[in-house]
Amino acid sequence: MTSETHDWIFLAAAAPFLAALVAPVLHRLLGARAGWVLALVPFAIFLQFASLVPLVAAGGTATAAADWLPAYGVRLSYFIDGLSLVFALLISGIGTLIVVYAGGYLAGHPQLGRFFSFILMFMGAMLGLVIADNLIALFIYWELTSITSFLLIGFDHSRAASRRAALQALLVTGGGGLALMAGVLLIASVTGTKEMSEVLASGDVLRNSLLYVPILLLVLGGAFTKSAQFPFHFWLPNAMEAPTPVSAYLHSATMVKAGVYLLMRLQPVLGDTVLWMTILPLFGAVTLLVGTLLAVRQTDLKLMLAYTTVASLGLLVLLTGTSSEKAIEGAVLYLFAHSLFKGALFMVAGIIDHEAGTRDVTKLGGLRKLMPITFAAALVGAISMAGLPVMIGFVAKEVLYEGLLGSSIWLLAAAVAGNALMLVIGFAVALKPFLGPEVHTPKHAHEGPPALWLGPVVLGLVGLASALAVGTTGSLLLGPMAAAVFGGPVESDLHLIPTYISAPLLLSILTVILGVGAFLALDRLRDLVARALKVIGWGPDRGFDQVVSVIVRFSAVLTRSIQGGRLEVYMTVTLALVALTLLLPMGLTGTWPAMPAMPEPTFYEAGVILIALLGLAAVVAARTRLTAIVSLGIQGFAVALIFMLFGAPDLSFTQFMVETLSVVILTLAMTRLNLAERDHRPSSQRLLDGTIAITCGAGFGLILLAVTQQAFDRRLTDFFDAYSRTIAHGRNVVNVIIVDFRGLDTLGEIAVVMITGLAILAVVRLSGRRRVPVVPEPEQVVASRHSRGAETVR
Amino acid sequence: METALAGLVAAFFATSIYLLLSRHLIRVLIGVAILGNAVNLLLFTSGRLTREVPAFIGLDEMVPAPGVANALPQALILTAIVISFSFFAFLLVLGYRAYQELGTDDTNGMRIAEPRSEPPPPMGY
Repeated sequence: MTSETHDWIFLAAAAPFLAALVAPVLHRLLGARAGWVLALVPFAIFLQFASLVPLVAAGGTATAAADWLPAYGVRLSYFIDGLSLVFALLISGIGTLIVVYAGGYLAGHPQLGRFFSFILMFMGAMLGLVIADNLIALFIYWELTSITSFLLIGFDHSRAASRRAALQALLVTGGGGLALMAGVLLIASVTGTKEMSEVLASGDVLRNSLLYVPILLLVLGGAFTKSAQFPFHFWLPNAMEAPTPVSAYLHSATMVKAGVYLLMRLQPVLGDTVLWMTILPLFGAVTLLVGTLLAVRQTDLKLMLAYTTVASLGLLVLLTGTSSEKAIEGAVLYLFAHSLFKGALFMVAGIIDHEAGTRDVTKLGGLRKLMPITFAAALVGAISMAGLPVMIGFVAKEVLYEGLLGSSIWLLAAAVAGNALMLVIGFAVALKPFLGPEVHTPKHAHEGPPALWLGPVVLGLVGLASALAVGTTGSLLLGPMAAAVFGGPVESDLHLIPTYISAPLLLSILTVILGVGAFLALDRLRDLVARALKVIGWGPDRGFDQVVSVIVRFSAVLTRSIQGGRLEVYMTVTLALVALTLLLPMGLTGTWPAMPAMPEPTFYEAGVILIALLGLAAVVAARTRLTAIVSLGIQGFAVALIFMLFGAPDLSFTQFMVETLSVVILTLAMTRLNLAERDHRPSSQRLLDGTIAITCGAGFGLILLAVTQQAFDRRLTDFFDAYSRTIAHGRNVVNVIIVDFRGLDTLGEIAVVMITGLAILAVVRLSGRRRVPVVPEPEQVVASRHSRGAETVR
Repeated sequence: METALAGLVAAFFATSIYLLLSRHLIRVLIGVAILGNAVNLLLFTSGRLTREVPAFIGLDEMVPAPGVANALPQALILTAIVISFSFFAFLLVLGYRAYQELGTDDTNGMRIAEPRSEPPPPMGY
């Protein structure tokens, strides 16, 4: 297998993000026409990736890698094989059409520039996801698609339904993302590598690992939420709140397939086990049937398509879960066909909505003459969706039936039923709005501009061409893709026209008969499903609301109990923890300070310490605030005297000054206020507070004692002593440190004082200005009286 | 002598914390002022005490005589005194204004940021 290094892959991976940066500017310059210019970026990426087709078709891979966080073994590495390449081509190719389409669809929207930006960011994330080799990079891209999808679904953020849908999608897919992260880390630890290409080469390591079950469940948690498998399917139809270009791109062709991509990607190393072949087909089949039945229930074109997307994703999971060669080939073909026809049909739904003003299928009819191009595109898409010749959807359906023949009859039955209903919806979308008598629509319907119909037409033609040249499509694109998913060479022998009457052909005919029958009875079927849903009454969508409401209530209760809003509680908890922090380590390690020798203070020292203690006691015991303030001064001056006695005259002077100022300011401010004079704490509270205070105090005292009993490290002091005069030319060492050695520190200190001063000024001034409207200034009162007087005179 | 001052530091901290735990603004403020002194004394004592000899260098000498006080903690404390004073002044003005606006010096009565009966969070999206 050849592997080539192509450094342009970095550029291709970054280009959508760069385009997203310039999109708003370009929109301001060019208006809606910016779409045509911006579409060149994904188109260039498409062409670049297309150049890899011969290499990949020959079984080679393209790579690019650079160190990102080498300390954690995280590399920014890309790796492109058959699977990645088809996804990359779909993302960039359909992306090109979507950007053009968005320019037409949202023309004149004031925030179109932002929309372009979001959708290009999404494109970058999705592209990175499918070509990422490093597992961490893959996870980051995965989460980026969730976030950009959130932005896009919530684009119309003034509507509550939009916001709800966006949040729902984010929570569901983001929650799955967390599961995926855990799964990815487990994979990395079991295989010992963070590169997907090396994981894929690890053979049976994951399957034989004891952690296989948790890994599989975590990966499925990510894939099933992203790809909207039942019971996580509900976010996808809700995401239809997004503008139609988003639905066409994210919620049909690309993002929702990220989960399928992941399953396909890991199929060679996780698949082919009993668990895999039970869980995936089971969930896939249920999703397929639930999706199609719910689609029948809808009358909104977009919702009908959205539920069939859910169903198609179920079918893809079902097929991937069989781990059989033919079924995987069918899955690959169906994925390719689905991206083409579903993208086209969504765009058609958007055109109808845009030009006729409604997308309710019961309010539309007879548009075939007014919108012929759209009608043709819709018809081509529906034929592919229904799996009728001569579209690629037909080939896909034949192959997938053939693949399922070997497996359980139930899966086959589910596939036939699902496909029949898919045919119903496909034709309901493509025929009902266009056939029949003309119906009065909210807007006068007419054909959309080329920017709108270009996308569906091109996608329809690609669907047709890839079917007509199905041999080439198979050998160049889908064969290598199936081989990558299967994990070995796949024998590909695709025919557009069945060469003999085979079992799949008979099943196809059965599907068509069932489908046509259901189509004719669509209205009755719709009522039936609606009534059944009414009986059930509860769905995961309502469950989501209930879960969110419980979370909000719970967090409100929790916040209220932890943050009750009482300062004393906060302070008590904080200081009790301080006491614990101080004493617990000493207690646990038994490193209490040694019993100190009795101090021998001089007469002055003993006196000053006594004054300080008296001051402190007086502050606590003070009955009036004035006494308390004066006592505060006493302890402050005592501290100044202590500094004086122990060789720190500078400190002493500063302390005297500051204490005096403090007392004066405090007196000035506080005597003006009518403050409570005494401590009103009940005695039980005093006891608790006192205990905490004494414990804290003892803790600080003991730590200080322990520190002073250690040997003293004089190195810094010696440095300052030695150089104070010799290099800084000052004789007062303290002053030299302040203004010279630590001059910058002092500058910071001055800045703090200045900022505090300004803040104080602001706080004082603020009051005056805010008071004005409430209590008029005397001058104003006088002025208003004057004017009133003048009026009466006049 | 360090032992005696360690005891004094303990008393400073205990007093300050006892006042901080009060519900009344003025006591909390006084507690903050005392806390500043407590921390300064803690720093001062941990730099060891030297009686009466400041860290000056004689006129004819290039280095201070042996046995002068430790200059480094003094320099740090000098900065700390000024900073804690500005902090105290700002708190004082803040408390003063809070009292003017709210009409109480009881911290339990100051509930603008965390109102007593907070409405439940909105349940919509």
